[in-house]
Amino acid sequence: MSESTPHVIEVDGLVTHYGRRKILDGVDLRMESGEIRVIMGGSGSGKSTLLWHLLGLYRPTAGKIKLLGQDITQVSAQEFQSLRKELGVSFQGGALFTSLSVGENVALPLREHTDLDENTIRIMSRLKLEVVNLGGFQDLMPSQLSGGMIKRAALARAIVMDPKLLFFDEPSAGLDPVVAAELDELILRLRDALRMSMVVVTHELDSAFKIADKITVLDQGKVLLTGTVEEVKNSNLERVQDLLNRRPRDVKVDAEDYLRRLTEEQYV
Amino acid sequence: MLEKTANAISQGVLRAVSNFGYMGALLVESFYWLLFGRRRGQPVKMAPLATQMIEIGVQAIPIVMVLSFAIGVSLAIQTIYALKNFGAESQVILAIAIGVTREFGPLITGILVAGRTASALAARIGSMVVSQEVDALRVIGIMPVRYLVVPPLVALLVMVPTLTVLADAAAIFGGAVYSLPNLDVSMWAYLMASVDSLTAGDILQGLAKSLVFGAIVALVGVSSGFNVQGGAEGVGRATTQSVVMAISWIVIADMVFTFFLNR
Repeated sequence: MSESTPHVIEVDGLVTHYGRRKILDGVDLRMESGEIRVIMGGSGSGKSTLLWHLLGLYRPTAGKIKLLGQDITQVSAQEFQSLRKELGVSFQGGALFTSLSVGENVALPLREHTDLDENTIRIMSRLKLEVVNLGGFQDLMPSQLSGGMIKRAALARAIVMDPKLLFFDEPSAGLDPVVAAELDELILRLRDALRMSMVVVTHELDSAFKIADKITVLDQGKVLLTGTVEEVKNSNLERVQDLLNRRPRDVKVDAEDYLRRLTEEQYV
Repeated sequence: MLEKTANAISQGVLRAVSNFGYMGALLVESFYWLLFGRRRGQPVKMAPLATQMIEIGVQAIPIVMVLSFAIGVSLAIQTIYALKNFGAESQVILAIAIGVTREFGPLITGILVAGRTASALAARIGSMVVSQEVDALRVIGIMPVRYLVVPPLVALLVMVPTLTVLADAAAIFGGAVYSLPNLDVSMWAYLMASVDSLTAGDILQGLAKSLVFGAIVALVGVSSGFNVQGGAEGVGRATTQSVVMAISWIVIADMVFTFFLNR
């Protein structure tokens, strides 16, 4: 059924607002099975917003989002619940449950979604901890872990149900270069070993070029470019080159709007 | 100036109404998961429920007993002082038994639990919102209300009435300890007279109130937590606010209840 669809993610004309401000403006996205897609863009480009919408955490203003062949803006709550078992998410800050130990964090999806007995759950969650090189750390609490370990533990929790689609928010943010590089290796290994499709949101260029099959560059709520690493590197688009070469962008000031912002009591 | 005041008032009313609606929706959703969760593959688990009952109920027993005892003593002092003018000191037994079971037992328990639990719920859920743990629950496919709200709500609905019964007993005992030398009766006789002067209705009225107080503590604590905005500072603000709100709601609900149940 869902395996036979060529695209694991299909986004058509996604428009979203935050209050009255338009964040995403007609985003289209196609992603093949087994692909690692990096979504890149500067701060405020809408890349995190796109991720939240792909996860169904917010309702879009317009547009379709199909994950594994199901339109998540249309499906019933119950269907989405079972679709979620096929999705794994690793949050930027890890979002480990601070009241649970690392092992319990990883085991939680199994406990909630399956009827496996305690022994099986323990073995399966320890297995995933081994995959992310955290074997033996299951009894520590999240507050006792370093930044890199938290990200890896969150990754273990994200893959414990063997999802088909894995979302990764800023894997290398706040990590030292060595740990960040290790995490990139881990992402590549996971794809090869577990045959997952992955969406990685990042603004780290090195990491993006290393892991990506294709890169989608977002700018001001629009898709600027989607292509392979080479295509992105060789792109003539000015904004893409700004991003790659860390050039500050020229902010053009509209005099009238500027005055309005300064003087109006309630500027919207 | 006038326009600004009117604006502020209307926004305040709007916020209060939407807050009230939000809490109502939380209550309905909680009962939905409690009743139909198993069928939807989202059962409410026993282990967290038991943990919450111990945290919210059992661990509050000592403080509830001590404070209720103190309230009983104060009540006895004031009542005897008032009744002395009429030479009717012996009526203190009736006054305390009825005052405690209908009013002070549930109220003191509700306020104490509000202070302990509403703040704890707001802080726990608020910090989970801030650190994206609630989002993590949702993407894992765990309904936050089922996982985070139902256990404390059920625990409060069970434990606040239970604590109220204990508070009633402690306050009546406190009243007895002060009154005995004044009344010249034995402890046993005093307690028996208290029981005789009470009807089932007195105790049920108190318990009905305490059930509502339990729901108020749960819903105010949880909704303050879910609505946290603005990081760690927001969590602090929500925590303080939840206690003030829960206690205010309890006192007002108490008045409304007392009014309607005694017509």
